[in-house]
Amino acid sequence: MERRSPAFTIFIYGCALLLAAIILAPIAWLFIMSISPAADLAAKPLRWWPQAADFSRYQTLLSTAENSAGAAFTSSLRNSLEISGMATLAALALAIPAGWAVSRTPAIGWSLSMVIATYMLPPVALAVPLYMGLSHLGLLNNVFGLALVYLTILAPFTTWLMKSGFDSIPREIEAAAMIDGAGLFQTLRIITLPLAAPVMATSALFAVLLAWDEFFYALLFTSDQRAKTLTVAIADLAGGRVSDYGLIATAGVLAALPPVLIGLVMQRALISGLTSGGVKG
Amino acid sequence: MSSTWMTTRAWLLMLPLLVVMVAVIGWPLVDTVGLSFTDAKLVGTGGNYVGFDNYTNMLSSSNFSRTLVTTTLFAVISVAAEMVIGVLAALLLNQQFHGRAILRALMILPWALPTVVNATLWRLIYNPEYGALNAALTQLNLIDAYRSWLGEPGTALTALIVADCWKNFPLVALIALAALQAVPRDITAASLVDGAGPFNRFRFVILPYLAGPLMVALVLRTIEAFKVFDIIWVMTRGGPANSTRTLSILVYQEAFSFQRAGSGASLALIVTLLVTVLAVAYAALVRKTAGSAA
Repeated sequence: MERRSPAFTIFIYGCALLLAAIILAPIAWLFIMSISPAADLAAKPLRWWPQAADFSRYQTLLSTAENSAGAAFTSSLRNSLEISGMATLAALALAIPAGWAVSRTPAIGWSLSMVIATYMLPPVALAVPLYMGLSHLGLLNNVFGLALVYLTILAPFTTWLMKSGFDSIPREIEAAAMIDGAGLFQTLRIITLPLAAPVMATSALFAVLLAWDEFFYALLFTSDQRAKTLTVAIADLAGGRVSDYGLIATAGVLAALPPVLIGLVMQRALISGLTSGGVKG
Repeated sequence: MSSTWMTTRAWLLMLPLLVVMVAVIGWPLVDTVGLSFTDAKLVGTGGNYVGFDNYTNMLSSSNFSRTLVTTTLFAVISVAAEMVIGVLAALLLNQQFHGRAILRALMILPWALPTVVNATLWRLIYNPEYGALNAALTQLNLIDAYRSWLGEPGTALTALIVADCWKNFPLVALIALAALQAVPRDITAASLVDGAGPFNRFRFVILPYLAGPLMVALVLRTIEAFKVFDIIWVMTRGGPANSTRTLSILVYQEAFSFQRAGSGASLALIVTLLVTVLAVAYAALVRKTAGSAA
């Protein structure tokens, strides 16, 4: 190892502090805004630290009293949970068999390449027919309709992750089980799928993150509390006439909490998923 | 087991995915192509066939050329900044210092923050009356009066790019860091013995390991940046005076605000074509880089 001069060590720590500040300052400010009294946020010069922490906005947003700001927020929270959950389960149901098939039968790999190439399509290229189609089926402003549309994003990505996951499980293990008399589906159930469980979990988490983050289709295809997702509800708040900026910040903190926790807990798996050629922009 | 049966079985397992993909991607795409040759409105019955009129009108409009320039500026500047800052952060995180593990864990935060939350956060920071940026710059005596960062055509795009970079450079950093950690120790040690300076060591010893993964990150980020919609919609809606209007925003306005489905579809396909050309060119570049780095 190279021996570092004291000046270089100081330089490294200076840079590390700078990087930490760049990353943390905006996030910390979001949280501070959410607990600062409205008067502090409107004060000039701005009060950077609240005189007294005020958590009442969290209570406001999480209350379900009718026609309150909380009712709109909690319904969008529920919609986001339902839609991400449904879309993730559906995507995995499609991705697991398809990913295994492509992994074990490279001859059909070109079909997966085509599916993955759709990643390049801007959503605007599909939006008009999807809008007309959903409207025809009565699925506009509907959680099932939006979950279905989310498969355009989730299914190619999870299939590709599952395929690389199955690639790392040697087919000799499957062959050995079959020689011992196990049928194909028994082999998959007893041998392959348990070994692929970590990849399935990673794929599911990525899918949830993607669905939770989605905004464009949700903006187009939902119009009220029956299907509006969190991202749309927050954009409404940010673009609306809300006079209390702390309330907008609070909604942001609450919406960011689940993906940030997933990110921190699953760091290792997420990073290896990303660096194996990863997507998610 | 015969290989025909194996292939048939594979197709059967693939079938559900393919059916769904045709339904939610294939058919809409074909339908968009059909629509692009009509003057159809978003609601009501299908329009009349107008040939290539939508395409020629769109390509010759000043809206389109201006929007294309804005999109290119946004994509090139933000991706370039993300790559440079990302690599610098990765080089730092590859050094040994106390707190390195914590700092690395923090890098995941901006990436995990939902795009809309990030846009909202920066919109609040840039707020012309109460924003933190105005407050900080005033208190440091860097500006005399509060400014409307997102409200002035001169600063809005830059402000958006800063917000986009903050969210996306950590991803580049994590990818670059993983690549750095794959550089064998004895190679860097040997280059030290040979007397290579820090710059040459980076250029000739480390960069070849970074090139492949960084190219992939570059491709994906550029495609994403070219399609950008969310962050701009939430922060400026393409304003002020259309100074931050990107292609996706223009398509949205055409097809959904003005309800001109036909011409919106033609524009969407022009964007698709641009992204595809970009991706194919990049793919060739990636293959070349991967070949020379190996």
